[in-house]
Amino acid sequence: MHSSNKNYAPAKSWRFKAMLGLLVCFALILIGRIVYLSVFNQRFLKTQGDIRALRVVTIPAYRGMITDRNGYPLAISTPVSAVWLDPLLFDSQNPQLSTLAKLLGSNVRDIIARAAKNSHREFVYLKRGLDPVVGKQIIDLAIPGVSVQQEYKRFYPEGEVTAHLLGFTNIDDQGQEGLELTYNGWLAGVPGRKQVLKDRLGRTVADIQTVKPAEPGHNLSLSIDRRMQFLAYQALSEGVTKFKAVSGSAIVIDVKTGEILAMVNVPTYNPNNRQSDHDAYRNRAVTDVYEPGSVMKTISMASALASGQIQANTKIDTSPGYMMVAGHRVEDEHDNGVIDMATLLAKSSNVGMSKITLALPPDQLWQTFHAFGFGQVTNSNFPGESAGILRHENPWHLFDLATMSFGYGMSATPLQVAAAYAVLGNEGVKLPVSLLRLTTAPQGQRIVDAKVARDLLDLLEAVIYQHGGTAPLAKVPGYRVTGKTGTTRLLGPHGYLKHRYNGAFVGLAPAHKPKLLVYVQIHDPQGVVYYGGYTAGPVFAKIMGNSLRLLGVLPDDASPETAPPSVSDALQDADNNDVNDF
Amino acid sequence: MSLLHAYWQTWIHHRRRRLPYRSWWQTLHLDGPLLLALLCLSGCGLVILYSASGQNWLTVSQQAVKLSLAFIFLVILAQIPPQRYRLWAPWLYSICVLMLVMVLALGVISKGSQRWLNLGLFRFQPSELMKLVMPLMLAWYFDGFHLPPTLKQLATALVLILVPVLLVAKQPDLGTALIIAFAGIGVILLAGIRWRIVLCAFIALAALGPMLWHFMRDYQKQRIFTLLNPEHDPLGKGYHIIQSKIAIGSGGLWGKGWLHGSQAHLSFLPEHATDFIFAVSGEEFGFLGSVVLISLFGFILGRGLFITSGAKDSFGRLAAGSITLLFFLSAFVNMAMVSGLLPVVGIPLPLVSYGGTALVTFIACFGIVMSIHAHPKLVST
Repeated sequence: MHSSNKNYAPAKSWRFKAMLGLLVCFALILIGRIVYLSVFNQRFLKTQGDIRALRVVTIPAYRGMITDRNGYPLAISTPVSAVWLDPLLFDSQNPQLSTLAKLLGSNVRDIIARAAKNSHREFVYLKRGLDPVVGKQIIDLAIPGVSVQQEYKRFYPEGEVTAHLLGFTNIDDQGQEGLELTYNGWLAGVPGRKQVLKDRLGRTVADIQTVKPAEPGHNLSLSIDRRMQFLAYQALSEGVTKFKAVSGSAIVIDVKTGEILAMVNVPTYNPNNRQSDHDAYRNRAVTDVYEPGSVMKTISMASALASGQIQANTKIDTSPGYMMVAGHRVEDEHDNGVIDMATLLAKSSNVGMSKITLALPPDQLWQTFHAFGFGQVTNSNFPGESAGILRHENPWHLFDLATMSFGYGMSATPLQVAAAYAVLGNEGVKLPVSLLRLTTAPQGQRIVDAKVARDLLDLLEAVIYQHGGTAPLAKVPGYRVTGKTGTTRLLGPHGYLKHRYNGAFVGLAPAHKPKLLVYVQIHDPQGVVYYGGYTAGPVFAKIMGNSLRLLGVLPDDASPETAPPSVSDALQDADNNDVNDF
Repeated sequence: MSLLHAYWQTWIHHRRRRLPYRSWWQTLHLDGPLLLALLCLSGCGLVILYSASGQNWLTVSQQAVKLSLAFIFLVILAQIPPQRYRLWAPWLYSICVLMLVMVLALGVISKGSQRWLNLGLFRFQPSELMKLVMPLMLAWYFDGFHLPPTLKQLATALVLILVPVLLVAKQPDLGTALIIAFAGIGVILLAGIRWRIVLCAFIALAALGPMLWHFMRDYQKQRIFTLLNPEHDPLGKGYHIIQSKIAIGSGGLWGKGWLHGSQAHLSFLPEHATDFIFAVSGEEFGFLGSVVLISLFGFILGRGLFITSGAKDSFGRLAAGSITLLFFLSAFVNMAMVSGLLPVVGIPLPLVSYGGTALVTFIACFGIVMSIHAHPKLVST
């Protein structure tokens, strides 16, 4: 029954041919369409494809290294990985999330919450500053929407020892504090740009070409000597701990160049793992001001010697140990009687200093202080440096003038005091202080005659070596030193505080041909010992002695007298009247 | 080995009896040019798939295993004489419809549709088998009558087509339902339907269009909108078409080179290993590559129609013709969809797209075609 159509010849029928024609038409339409797309529309569609896949991304620039004066690295940039998220491509159900969370050190819930919170954005950081090895592991997880980019992070090999000085950079590698901030423009490079191929999930598949190469930042060579910085830090923190002080600062300056060789503060912080204790971030040696107290007597003396009315051997009567100035009382702790200038400094007599100052033209003291740099910021270029306060009155109130002559009623930073004393060490020529290593000698400015500077240094030796001087513990074995103590009562909201002191010692060595200046300050010690000569003095001795030996300065003093006495002996011995009480 | 032995036996037999010499192919009941073209296409498919899958050897080897299996099926189906298919057709059809009902009742749900029966070892998609059985069934049905068929016969044939088509569309799997419908309609057309009726059907369809539109699901309507204006929603519904047009277009005349197409490798192109694989070949091998693929499909169409025209009875003619048409139309619909000529329907590119059952079905179909070609002697039933 099925074979009734045996003679049916389909190949020859017009119906079959028509169908065949239709099918051929289909094929031709298809080919036409593809010709239309890939030949006539090729350029447009290729551009469209490139728009989807080609991206220009920034190449992070390498931040310049900060080194000490001998080229040892103090701040270096290390490559780190930053993990970021595109919430639009992110799938919170991805089974790889727990692995990711483990690598990031967070948990899955936080990551999902972060994605949900930023669901309208296309870029959210998950974590930055990751170890590049961890970064690679995260890349290998290939989680859609999660990308890793290379960045640089600062590392400070010396840690807390250089923390205040160098400051730190933020997460974007920009200087935020200290020299990192001052010289950010020099250190930071210029990021480059490159063209990369990215897939739909935003992962970089290949580098196509560099549009503009990244320019690395410049290196910065500091005047700091890494070893001296460490010595200073060690001695200072030992002293601060021993005297239970709230804080402390120490500065070492090369008096012949004005270069700062060391600058340390306690308390400090670890710049590689910063905590939120912002109180420890301050570079107190530069940013904090103190009433300098008795250390200013040297500068007042410089003013007197420069006037020509007073010579080093002039004698002055300080009896009966106090005097009235414009209705106010200025007093010494003891009645020192008739004393010469060396004894005046050694015993730190307020009465003697006031008498001399009041005998001079009223503006002379301010002129000298100003010339030595008080009331102005130094040339350190340190961000947040304080200028201190140096009032100028016209006409001068005599009591103000008298108290200013022994360092009250004004304020100064430790660096200002150190810089002023450095002038004496450089034969009366003031050099700009520098935190950068100098290649050529800087241009100085004469403040006082060389003879005045010489005389002052000679006079100051009495502070250390004269019997009853205020700083017997500042002696350095093998070297003749010279310097001055200063102990001030701290100022509270309602006048001076009881039993709260700031002790400082600033000195130079070798005394006859100064090379180094060391300033040490022990602030608010909680123990029974608080005189600058006894707290800062020994720290000074340690820093100075070690630094001179480090620099290979030949010892100039072989007398056994230079060996420092024990603390208890010294305390019994001394007339500690460099503390001014009102 | 047994095949070789059989060939040897036959050859000896013919030499002794001095019968006319039968070729290798005839002995194996295969068609050389057709088999070669199918192998060629499958080979091209593997090469494209290697690139499209992101150089994933596992995917390629899985596909190769499926292809081998499919060709083994082809050889086996080719050994079965066409008369046997004619006898089996109604039974196969009934079993298939039964299985489709079972799928709707207790099938496995995956990606929002219910298409699979879980047979323990593997999941089986009865709608794929239906593609193969539909031409046989209608060929069997028309084989009994004087052709061209009457209106009453046509109506019965339409019911035979509509039952499985609706069952498959309900899953929902519009792509496969359309192919099954194509297969059935192909047989009706080949059976020599009067042009008047074709015209009437066309007018009726045009009239029914709005009604059909009413019954379409939202996503299906959306696909037609998208075809007309893909740029309307470039990140959403127009995304597939835009990305695949970019892929084909950016390939240009010569293509970007094997493994160098960015659209697929950067995963901008969706479904690049399955439904949209034609765009990958278009991007990497350019216009030339597309023409080669279309030519291979064209050659298979031509050879299939040649076999159809040489078939000795109307069952063979109808079955072989509709299988060939089905194959070519599937390829055409896929390529037209990928190049933005037709709305997106889930039809894979035969032999090239990555996929299981569909691949095996299409190749196995040609086993039946070869059986019709290489079993010339009619055995009276």
